[in-house]
Order: sequence, then structure tokens, then C-alpha cells
Amino acid sequence: MSEDANLTDTLLRTVDRIAEDHATRAVREAAERGEFPVELWAALEDVGLPRAWLHEDAGGAGLSVADAMLALRRSAYHALPVPLAETLVAGRLLAEAGIALPDGPLTLASAAPGATPVALSREDEQESLVGTAERVPWARDCSHAVLAAVDGAESFLVLAAIGNAVGESAANLASEPRCAVALDAARVVALAPMPGAAERILLEGALARSMQMAGALEAAMDIALRYSGERIQFGRPIAKFQAVQHMLAMMAGHVATARAAADQAIEADAAMPSALRVAIAKSRTGEAAGRGAETVHQVLGAIGFTREHSLHYQTRRLWSWRDEFGGETYWQQRLGREVARLGADALWPTIVDI
Amino acid sequence: MREFDFEPVRMPDSVPALREEVRELIAAEVAAGAFRPQRNSWNTFDPDFSRKLGERGWIGMSWPKEYGGAERSMLERYVVVEELLAGGAPVGAHWVADRQSGPQILRHGSERARSEILPRIARGECFFCIGMSEPDSGSDLAAVRSRAEKVEGGWKITGTKVWTSNAHRAHYGIVLARSAPKSEDRHAGMTQFICDMKAAGVTIRPILNLYGGHDFNEVVFDGYFVPDDMVLGEVGAGWKMVTGELAFERSGPDRFMSTYQLLRETIRRVGDTPDDRQAEEIGRLVAHLATLRRMSSSIAGRIDRGENPATAAALVKDVGTGFEREIPEVIRRILPTEPSLGPGTGFDELLGSAMLRSPSFTIRGGTREILRGMIARGLGMR
Repeated sequence: MSEDANLTDTLLRTVDRIAEDHATRAVREAAERGEFPVELWAALEDVGLPRAWLHEDAGGAGLSVADAMLALRRSAYHALPVPLAETLVAGRLLAEAGIALPDGPLTLASAAPGATPVALSREDEQESLVGTAERVPWARDCSHAVLAAVDGAESFLVLAAIGNAVGESAANLASEPRCAVALDAARVVALAPMPGAAERILLEGALARSMQMAGALEAAMDIALRYSGERIQFGRPIAKFQAVQHMLAMMAGHVATARAAADQAIEADAAMPSALRVAIAKSRTGEAAGRGAETVHQVLGAIGFTREHSLHYQTRRLWSWRDEFGGETYWQQRLGREVARLGADALWPTIVDI
Repeated sequence: MREFDFEPVRMPDSVPALREEVRELIAAEVAAGAFRPQRNSWNTFDPDFSRKLGERGWIGMSWPKEYGGAERSMLERYVVVEELLAGGAPVGAHWVADRQSGPQILRHGSERARSEILPRIARGECFFCIGMSEPDSGSDLAAVRSRAEKVEGGWKITGTKVWTSNAHRAHYGIVLARSAPKSEDRHAGMTQFICDMKAAGVTIRPILNLYGGHDFNEVVFDGYFVPDDMVLGEVGAGWKMVTGELAFERSGPDRFMSTYQLLRETIRRVGDTPDDRQAEEIGRLVAHLATLRRMSSSIAGRIDRGENPATAAALVKDVGTGFEREIPEVIRRILPTEPSLGPGTGFDELLGSAMLRSPSFTIRGGTREILRGMIARGLGMR
């Protein structure tokens, strides 16, 4: 929670207002067809959200990490079709590395967990990248990407101009662009040594997706709850049926656990969340996302399975986000290995100190 | 929605030292062979251990000093309880008195009940059972048929209670009975009474449970006399008392740590080189555990500030008891072991005991289905 609850509240209401004004049905559908919602993004930039946690003199709003993450959660509640998570994380890492931020939305060209790291070549004072980055979020709409690259044993955070490097545009289940980027064709704009840069991008990205899933789950719950009160069958609202009540009670459990799991990861005193916290957040919210999406669709029945209803804006994102920046299996295994390494008797102290 | 907000708890400064003290006591007791931590923690009955906790002021911790308490915060109590459960300490004897009966007596009891009973509970010398369920009244508590009849100077109780854990070992029971005939408001007219379980007019018969243990009892009250000053709270307000103050009971660490010992011993047995599947399942359980602990401690913080987050507490119990029940099912898939009633290698017995106890987790203290009904009510659906 923010030190200043009012500030947080104002921030969340700002996101609500922007969503209401600019994330109309038409804008959402256009975004699904590949049209970047320019006005929505401009409205977010107007209030400083994409650079929320940067210092005010760096063009940010000077928010705490926690507040920026809460704003991100709220943006996902509204399923805003913009790379806010990516821009937030990229900006934070660039600022930490002392690299000036370019204008506009930014993306993360993060190698999937376990993939071969991107190689940085430095010949004749000329830096270039080797390889291809797959499924880069919103790459089509971003002029720059932040990525990790290695030169031998050295790890760097790189800001690359990707304008000419974006290949075929694929999408995730929510029609958010996920593009291949030919890094050989990208231009290295700046770089700075950053130990474990790939891990940093993975952790921050996974944390951002965890917050987004918590937000989308909450919205899905609100939609299902509202629907259950309005939909009449057998002469009464389906909310009056015990079977439906129990489904929504379980949904409340998914929302609550996702929210608690994601929140615990943004409160670390350190500027950077620990791998343990992120593993808990991403694996727990991912599991809740799958179960929660299934539950709300069951509550909404056929109407929820249509394009016409808006539930899919949240659920298709949930089904995508849970697998981005490492799915449950990846994070659970990481967590399980770490717990096993620490040993049985360290488990409880670890849980308490997380 | 507020019910989904699990803000971090801010523990008092005294907590790290207190936590260490509890861990030291447990380590010393285990080293001395006083108990085996692999055993289930809050279904044990070990009066010696309860007395040791009483000596340290760890029972009735938050109660006023004049009633034997230590005037510590609910959060300090929370920490002591979670450490005891994590350490597998045998806390079953005083559990109900400390968690539930004592606080009710403190809030609603007569001066005599408070001054006679509470200091003994706090010393770890006085144990309680709860008489709510009856042969025809389980989840539907308003169907209680035990009668309390007003007589000179008190009440006469007649009726039968079932599933009364520890009735045969407890000194007192808090018994819910109908003090007025059923009316349109079926929840009205019920009262709680503090009953002396050793007195004449109380007959206790064992009911063996699924794993063959003697924990449950049938308790028959046959015109048992309760003096007026052992009535708990207002006559007729029993329903409100048993349903209104359950947040702490529902959201405590005992609602997700019943099989914690099995999880810990699984990690020990798997060692530091788990295979992919073992790592995945253990990681998943640990993520669930950490999340539940976060939710539970957050609610403890709210209770400590005087809030009564009933729906959030029901959520924790629903999710938490599902989790503790799932642990043996997951473990048997990643560490193939034939569960055993023992005596065996220790682990097979631990697994066997967890399996045979787990059906109770989602029943006791309000079934999962009742909880989901409460959550639905909290969501405005009923």
C-alpha cells in the first residue's frame, strides 16, 4: 500500500477516467485489428503513467514502484490495449542503467526463460546484436526495445531502435501484437553493463504480468457478479442459485489469492523484487488466472462466449499473460528448486521473511 | 473491493525476538524428546506442554493482566501460534480455550466466570470443548434442540451434543442450547452456557473418528444445572455470538497448516536435487502457502485494529482448508509411498495420518459449502 492512500486512490481514479474516455468499444476493436490506440496512449502520457516511477525531472510522475504497479493493475482491470507494462519496466531499467529514455511506448525483447541469450558484438567500435527475438510485445508499435545481451561473460542492458527490424506480426490470444524482431537489423542506441540483465527483465516482466492478471481477474469477477444479478432463469436471477453462488465464491478465492500473491511482490524494501517473491506471484496469479477464467465463463454461459460481450477482453488476456515471462511450470519449478536447495528446515523461516 | 485487499501486516517491534523465543522452546522440547514435530499439531493433547506455554505467558496472551493475560497484541499472539504450528508443537489441549472460549468469556462472561476461569486457561491448566453440533443439527445450527429451562438461580440443560472434540478431557464446555421456543426468527432464543464437564448430569461417550482416534464424543446433558453467572452473554443472543465473532477463528494459521509437517518432511525426503515434477509440485504448494500466510496475517492485522473482516476470513478458510487437504494428494504423486498407519519409516505414517485426517479440514468449524454461502452473502448475492 502507498504511504499516501489518497494519492493511490487518485491515481486509480485517473486510470478509470482515462479508460472510460478513451478505451471505447470502437478503440478496443480497432486495436484488435492492429490500429494502435494513439489517443488512449496520449492520455496516459498526459498524466505521466508510462513513466510513472521515473523521477519528475526524467519525465516521470515520481511514483513509488508499488503505486505504479497498482496503476498497472488498474489498467489491466480495464484491459487497456497498450504496452503500459512494457514501457514501465523498460523505463525503470533504462533509468537504473543511466540510459536516456526515448519518447513513446517501449517494449521488452526478453528471451524466454532458458533460451540462448542475445549476443552483443563489438567490432570496430560498432555494436550490433545477433539473433532474433521472438514474440516481442507491441514491437510493431514501438520504436525502441530494451533487451539483455551478453558479450562473453559480460551482461548488458541494451536500448535498441527496432523500427526496421520488426518482422511478421503475430499476436497473443487477446490480439495484442507479439512480433519477431530481427536483432541484426536493429540499431544499438545505447548500452550499459548490468549484471544479470536478462534475469532482471524476466523478473520485472513477470511481476508486471502478475499485477495485470490480478487486475483482469478482478474485472472478470465484477462482470460475472453483475451478470448473475441481472440474468433471470427459472424466474429468478441466477445469483440466487446455490451452484452459481458457490462458483462466484470460488472466483472470489481466485481473485483474492491472485491479488495477495501479486501484492506481496511489490512491497520489498529493495528496489528490485526478489526471485522468490516473483516466483510466488507469477505462479500463483497464473494458476488463479486459468481457474478464474474458466469459472467466469461458466457463469456467463453462451453470452460470455461471444465476441459481442466484453468478458473476453479480460479472459483472453488472462490466458495469454499467464504464459508470458515464464508460465506456472517454469516459476513453480524454480521456486521448488530454491526451496529444496535451502532445505526443509529453512522453509518456514523463508515463508515468514518473504 | 475491500475484502480482496490484503495489505501487508506491520508486525510490532517485539516480534523477531518473540519468534526466536518460540523457536528456541520448540527446539529444546524436541531435543528433550518431549514431542515429535511430525505429529499433527492442534489435534494433540499434551497438558504438560500447555503448562509450559502458560508459564511463558503464551496462552491468553492478549487478555488483561487481571485475568491472567499478558496484554500483548493479537499480532504477537498470531506469531506465537504460527510458530507453534510450524514447529509441530502439541498445542491441542489448550487450543480451543485460547482461541475461542477464553476470548468469548472475556467479552461476554460474568465477573465470576472471568476471574475464576481465565487465569487457569492462561496458566495452561484449564481446557475447553465446544458443544454446538447435535444429531440433527450440523451446518444448520438453528436446528439445535438442546433445551435450557429457567429454574431458580440458573438453567437446566437437557439434550445431546455430538462431535464434541476433547469433551472427555476438557474441564469446561461452551454449550449452545435453546433458551426460548423456536419463533419466526429461527436464530433467536439460543444461548451459550459454560458447563462443567466433570459435573453430575453430564455423560460423555466416545465416538471414534476415521483414523481410529478418540477425539469426538457424544455428550448427554440430563437436567444439568448451570448457575446464572455461567451464562455467556445475553440470554437469547447465542446465535450472534457464535456466528459474529468468527473472523479470527476462521482465518488463523491453523486453517492452512494442518499438513505443513508433511510438506516440510517431503522437502527433506526429496533432498536438494528434486526432479522436474517434484520441484514443480513443491514450488506450487509453497506459492500457495506463502500466499495464504500473507492473507491470514493481513487479516490478523485488521482484527488487531478492531475490524471484523468476516468475508475475507471465510475466504481464507475456504482456500486454506482446500490447500491443507490437497497436500497429501500432491505428495503421494511425487514421492510414491504406501501410506501407513505405522509403525513405519515415519514418512509413510506421516502421509497416512495426513490422508486420514484431511477429510475433516473442510468440515470442521463450518463446512466449505457453508463458507461459500457466507462469501456469496458478502458479495451481495444472498
